[in-house]
Amino acid sequence: MRRTFAPWADPQAKPLIRVDNVTKRFGDAVAVDHLTLDIFEGEFFCLLGPSGCGKTTLMRMLAGFEYPTEGVITLAGQSLEGVPPYRRPVNMMFQSYALFPHMSVEKNIAFGLKQDGLPKPEIADRVGEMLRLVQLEKLAKRYPSQLSGGQRQRVALARALAKRPKVLLLDEPLGALDKKLREETQFELMDIQHELGMTFVVVTHDQEEAMTMADRIAVMDHGRIVQVADPGEIYEQPKTRFIAEFVGDVNILEGHVMGQENGLWRVKTASAETPLTIDDPDEVLHSGQAVAIAVRPEKMTIQREKPGPEAVNVLTGEVWDIGYLGDWTVYRIKLATGEILRVSRANVSRFVESPIDWDEQVYVTFEPGAAVILAE
Amino acid sequence: MKERSFMKSLSAGLVPAVPYLWLGVFFLVPFLIVLKISLSDPAVAQPPYRPLFEWSDIMGFFSALDFENFELLTQDDLYFRATLSSVRIAAISTLLLLLVGFPIAYGMARAPERHRSLLVALVILPFWTSFLIRIYAWIAILKPEGLLTQALSGIGLISEPIEILNTEWAVYIGIVYAYLPFMVLPLYATLEKMDDTLLEAALDLGSTPWRSFWTITVPLAMPGIIAGSLLCFIPAVGEFVIPDLLGGSETLMIGRQLWSEFFSNRDWPLASSVAILLLIILVLPIVIYRDVEARRLETRP
Repeated sequence: MRRTFAPWADPQAKPLIRVDNVTKRFGDAVAVDHLTLDIFEGEFFCLLGPSGCGKTTLMRMLAGFEYPTEGVITLAGQSLEGVPPYRRPVNMMFQSYALFPHMSVEKNIAFGLKQDGLPKPEIADRVGEMLRLVQLEKLAKRYPSQLSGGQRQRVALARALAKRPKVLLLDEPLGALDKKLREETQFELMDIQHELGMTFVVVTHDQEEAMTMADRIAVMDHGRIVQVADPGEIYEQPKTRFIAEFVGDVNILEGHVMGQENGLWRVKTASAETPLTIDDPDEVLHSGQAVAIAVRPEKMTIQREKPGPEAVNVLTGEVWDIGYLGDWTVYRIKLATGEILRVSRANVSRFVESPIDWDEQVYVTFEPGAAVILAE
Repeated sequence: MKERSFMKSLSAGLVPAVPYLWLGVFFLVPFLIVLKISLSDPAVAQPPYRPLFEWSDIMGFFSALDFENFELLTQDDLYFRATLSSVRIAAISTLLLLLVGFPIAYGMARAPERHRSLLVALVILPFWTSFLIRIYAWIAILKPEGLLTQALSGIGLISEPIEILNTEWAVYIGIVYAYLPFMVLPLYATLEKMDDTLLEAALDLGSTPWRSFWTITVPLAMPGIIAGSLLCFIPAVGEFVIPDLLGGSETLMIGRQLWSEFFSNRDWPLASSVAILLLIILVLPIVIYRDVEARRLETRP
């Protein structure tokens, strides 16, 4: 079902949120720079980027805590210009959770509903429903100081969901949780979003989190969006070297384009004796152009025996480091040029006859389709 | 080795005793003396009351004690009116102090961090000058031909000199002016610790800034509000200097009554019983506050 959900591919679809050429300056500093973005109803959208890239500022503009210096944000066709946070059909889950310490769990969840002046029985119903959704029925009377980190996170989520906002903003929603809990909660957030059919916009600096949860990811850098795409495309078809390096691990080989043969690019690098062959037909390149070739560690293979003459993309080096991670083993291979490659191998068998060891001479190969050419 | 652990346990036992020791010597003992005087009879002598204690006549000592002075306090409604008026003036002053002090403390807590310590220092700055001189200065400001009248008639707001000195209003002005730091500092301490994202969360959930102030800021500032109010209310009830200098003869306050019993009437036992009465009035709100606080902590550790 999720697979077929792609309103962004439909030119007729109207976005729920439209960020139109928005700039935000704080004094001389530009936090968000002429940014344009569409987010569709029911989407689980991730703003991903390093700290200081402007993702939090963008989210605060959606919530109404900051106003754009230039440009307009519209929500369901309505301009949000000058609309204060308490009049927006948007709720936010804060990174620090911002639970009211002087109110019990149920009072916290009821807070937003009370502001709307809903009748008391309806508030009670809605609070009960939210408590069930986040499985906190038993803790309704507790105060935030009596809860664990994970429980607080759920209260914050329930409080933000209680008003059934058109858009739920989540600022680093899992940042304060430990690894195990974070993984569980990721899937729970996805389930809740799916169940309610609500639009979620998540800000995160954690690429793994973004990859797991999002329908689409917008990678931000220096106040701009560098790429908006689904997680698979971001990982397999990164547009720039910044994205390739920020999302997942990658090996970068620098070189110059020699030309095209049978639809495959031939690239001369210092690292390999023979030119590399890369299958990336969408790139438009010219001979002599400086490019970077990006190959993910899991798409490279490592072997002791010299590959035959039919093999393409062969690099020679010696094992510099071996990291055993249980499910994967990561090899760091030092090439003659001094570059260090990262090659990972799934540990499919429990025992290996003669494992590759430190300081051994090895050959690293990869398929033409495993690499991406990034114009410098 | 052994000696050191002995010293250690000795000092561990002594340290918590320090406040008790201090309060015992400088509060409990004087209080007992005052209590004793309040229960004795006045005498034309030096000092003007019956001897404190004589070991030889313990039975006589106790039999000489009675509640005559307290009875007198209930018979003459002057004391009742003075007490009532003191509590009223102190309560109104505390309210005014809250109204003036809250915006100041809020502004300080919202000021850029590098300015805050300077602001705190400025709030305490008036203490560098003598309290008495500062209250005297208000006479010069408030008197009929004083600076206030001059200023107001200068800008054409009034044509007649305003009668404010020797009224209750002058007492309010004096108390608010003199006690402001005691209100501002505890308020500032709680407001400064407050997390701004809580207000953002309230706005985000649909609460207007005004409602957020009442539902989030005020309840969270309550410890500071209570501490500041107690710090102002308690000394204001017994205030003597300010009503004496600014309030004129009309302003009735228990502190002044106490002073005149001591120094004008030289009736030390009666004055002592007034002092005991004052103490009882002031202990009450503290006991109530402690009780409320204890119950609050019980439900929410």
